[in-house]
Parts: sequence; structure tokens; C-alpha cells
Amino acid sequence: MKARRTNALIWGWTLFVLVAIYLPIVCGALASFNKSRYFGFPIKVYSTEWWSKTIDSIEIGMIVKTSISVALLVTLFSVVIATFGALAFARYDWKGRRLYQKLILLPIFFPQPVLGLAMLLGFNAVGIQTSWMTAVFAHMVWIVPVVTLVIAIQVYGFDASLEEAAFDLGCSRVQVFREVTLPLLWPGIWSGMLFAFLLSWSNFPLSLYTTGADSTIPEWLYAKMVAGYTPMVPALGTMATLGAAALLLTGGLVGLLVRRRAAA
Amino acid sequence: MADIALAPAAESPAQLRLARRLSAGARCAIPVALLLGIGFLAPLMAIFGYAFATPRSFDVFRSFTLENFATLFDPANTVWVSFVWSCGLALTTVAILAVVAYPIAYGLNVVFGRWSPFISVLFVFPLFVSENVRLYGWVLFYIKNGVLDGTLKWLGLSGGPEVLFTPGITLFGMVYTYLPFMLFPMTLGLALVPRDLIDAARDLGAGRLFIWREIELPLAMPGILIGMLLTFVLAIGATAEAKILGGQSIIVISHDIEIAFTYSQNWPLGSAMAVVVTFFIGGLTLFALSKLDLDRMLGRR
Repeated sequence: MKARRTNALIWGWTLFVLVAIYLPIVCGALASFNKSRYFGFPIKVYSTEWWSKTIDSIEIGMIVKTSISVALLVTLFSVVIATFGALAFARYDWKGRRLYQKLILLPIFFPQPVLGLAMLLGFNAVGIQTSWMTAVFAHMVWIVPVVTLVIAIQVYGFDASLEEAAFDLGCSRVQVFREVTLPLLWPGIWSGMLFAFLLSWSNFPLSLYTTGADSTIPEWLYAKMVAGYTPMVPALGTMATLGAAALLLTGGLVGLLVRRRAAA
Repeated sequence: MADIALAPAAESPAQLRLARRLSAGARCAIPVALLLGIGFLAPLMAIFGYAFATPRSFDVFRSFTLENFATLFDPANTVWVSFVWSCGLALTTVAILAVVAYPIAYGLNVVFGRWSPFISVLFVFPLFVSENVRLYGWVLFYIKNGVLDGTLKWLGLSGGPEVLFTPGITLFGMVYTYLPFMLFPMTLGLALVPRDLIDAARDLGAGRLFIWREIELPLAMPGILIGMLLTFVLAIGATAEAKILGGQSIIVISHDIEIAFTYSQNWPLGSAMAVVVTFFIGGLTLFALSKLDLDRMLGRR
């Protein structure tokens, strides 16, 4: 009886926190459907005017394109580097592994605004002009360690004797990697890709200092929040959120289907 | 401890050749090591270099002076106020989050059962929404004539409290933003506690408080510590909360660093501040990580 009451309390608390977590996102969505330029609640007239204005804006179109390009390149590079990184993290026993496992965490345990500034200084010191391409590199410094951890969790559950069996049966190193290692790690790599894309998509502190004259969605939103609010700010914010949700949902479903087909 | 952070990753050709002769594991680590060597260590070196340059100049690696640190530690300088604010806010955030996240982490492990993966995803998803967007949503909630104020007035009450642009709301924003960073390490930590051990203790007549204090808490400690460390470190560097929700009613340390780099164009002073923060955080992180076994935490074996 006592246990059931505790469980109910835990459910209640968790749902309460979840509501609090999504409340501001809902507030933003509400504000984007407000017809008048300044927000007031309850909303008197609803309209989709600001949504269509946001979609039609050429400036925002360019910013969205920049954000997508950065996120795609980050995903591509990060996943390749992190897959090998994860093998070094969890698959092989080698001399420097304990140290490596800890050093790789440092960029995650580092405040991003300071990291962004440090990278700006670094680019400046070697004379590299910052643009969205430097932002790709900056994002990777933070995202590769995260993706490495995501894939490493998959690597831990991976049976290394399968690789050895393939070697014994005469497979080359490339064949083993393509036919045994990759398919076994695929679920982890897939989640890693989703993480890489979405974390880059939503990153603000690193982009702020490393995109130079270019601008990503979170940067544009911040600039307009500080000066020049229009309901296009919550509209674009809500669109970015919905885009992320759609991607996560599709990604999750694809992952599930592939796994089910593999099991069948 | 700090010199471990500065130990060079395999970068020079000679080291690469050595690494090639090394095991497969070391070879797999090379791309990551190169990336972090160029993208993480080198920028920290640049900051380090700038910290010893002549104030208000860009003479990196060409001048050497301790003037920036002298300015920083001069009692007349008010940077320490920002530092104290940041530390205080970060510590309070950690304390509040530990209490907020513990029941949820416990629930994810023991109570929610088949709902657990779905609830985890719901807690992960906000990480994929820019913190600006989420914090601005709170502004819309708390602002005059906003969602809270408007709803209360509509109900015929006197309207919502004016909480925006205060230190309190900054703290609220930090607790809000960093919840997942406490929750997930804590969940991993609690997953390390064998349930049959707890059942055995209960069968032997141990009370709930006793089981929690003597079994659950000590066994889950690695995860809880990682969560606390992660939230503390990230909260020390937080700026968005103080800027968007706090309306700059308090200046946190990374905001101070930013000001030195932008408005006052004093890169060397900003770098000196960043170096102090880096050493503080780096020392703390390496100290804590040296006590943890990551294989056990992530691999659950």
C-alpha cells in the first residue's frame, strides 16, 4: 500500500516536471499565432499571418539553409570520427584508454560560451576568417565527444568474438568492418547521427562566436529577442522545434523498423 | 592535475608513426585526438597566450606581462562579484536539481516500466530546442500581460507576480535548462544498484530510510556525482539565463568575459578571466573524473 502511494507520487512529480518543461515551448507557439505585433494573453485575434511572413522571408530562408548545411556537415564528419572514437573508447583494451576516456569528456564538461570564445581567438591567431564553415568545426569539437559516448554504449554490448570469427574465416580488415562491425553498431551510429544533427541544429553559444558574418537560426532568434521583437521570433522558434520533433520521430521510427526487419 | 589536461594528443609525425605501430585501439583514437588537439587544446593555448599579452592589445605570444592577472585580482576590481554570483547560482542549481531529478531518475529505473523509454525521450527532446527559444518562452509566460498574468486577470484575480529580471528567475532558468544534465547521469547511476540487493535488505528487516542511505545512495553515487559535476560546470559558464530571463540584473562570470571581448575590446583581460575559469573547472573535472570508472557506468558490467 505504502509502495503504491510512493509510486503515485513519483508519477505525479514526473508529469508535473514534464508539463513545466514543455510549458515555455507552448507559450512560444501561442505567441506565434497572435495577430497583433505585441504579445498579450488571452490572445484576442488568432492568425497565421506571422507564420506565412516567416516562411516567405528571404533572409530567414538563407538562415535556415545555413543551419541545415552546418548540421548536415557536422553529422557527416562527427559520426565517422566518433565511430572510431567509440571503438577506442569501449572495444579495444589499449594502454592510453583510461586517460583517453577522461580527456574526451573535457569538451563536454566545459562551458560552451568560453569554448566558443577560445575558438574565435584560435581562428584569429592563425588568421582564419570565421564563417559557417568554421562553425562546423566548432560544433564538432563539442558534438564528437557526445556522439562518441552515444555510440560507445552500443559498442559495450558488442560481441568482439564475431569479428575474430570473421577474420578466422579469411575476411579482410575492410570486409570485417563493413560486414560485421558496422551492421552490429548500426543502432548506436543511427542514434549518434540524430544527436549530432539535432545538437548542432539547436546550438547557440558556439555558433555565436564562430559563424562570423553568417547566422544560424538560434543566433538570429537571439538577436531579435534582444532588439526588434516581432511574432516572427516565436514563429521561427516553433518551426525549428517542430522540425526537430519531426526528425526525431522519423529517425526513431526508421530505427525501429530497421531493427524489426533485422530481427525477422 | 591540470598538466594532464595539457598533455599533448598524438599530433606530430613522429608520434603518429609511433601510434601506427601501436594497437588498433590507439589507431581508432587518432581522429578524435587530432580533432580535440586542434579544436580544444590549441584554442585553450591561444587563450593562455593572450592572457599574458599587454592589456588592450592583440600582441599574442609577442609580449609577456602579468598585468592582466594583477587587474583581475585587484580588490578594487569587481570581477569577483560575478564569480561569486556564478558559483553561488551554480551551487544552488545543483542542490535544487539533485532534489528535483532524484525521484524522476528513480522512477525511470524502477517505477515507469515500459513507459520508461518514452519518458526518457520526452526529457531528452528539449536539448534539441535552442535554449534561447525555451527561455524566451518563460519570458512570454511571466511577462506583464503574458500567459500567467493574463490568465490570472482573466480569472478575476489581481494578476501575476513580477518575477522577471530578478536573480531568482535567473536561478529558475538555470534549474530549468540543466535538468537533463542532472537527470541522465543520475539515472545511469541508479541503474547500477542491483534490485535484489535491496529486496534482500528488505527481507532482512531493513527500513526504507536505512536501505536508501546505506545501499541505494552509495551505489548510485558515481552517477549522481557526474550529474552534479556536469550541472555545476555548465551552470558556471551559463549566460543565456542571466541575459534573457534575468535581464542583466546580475552579471555572471562568462558574461563578464564576453564584455571584455566585445564592448571593452580588451582581449587579454578577457583571456585572463577565461584562464582562471578554465583552471577552476578543469581542476575540478579532472579531480572528479579520476575517481570514476567509466566502463562500469556506461557498460553496466
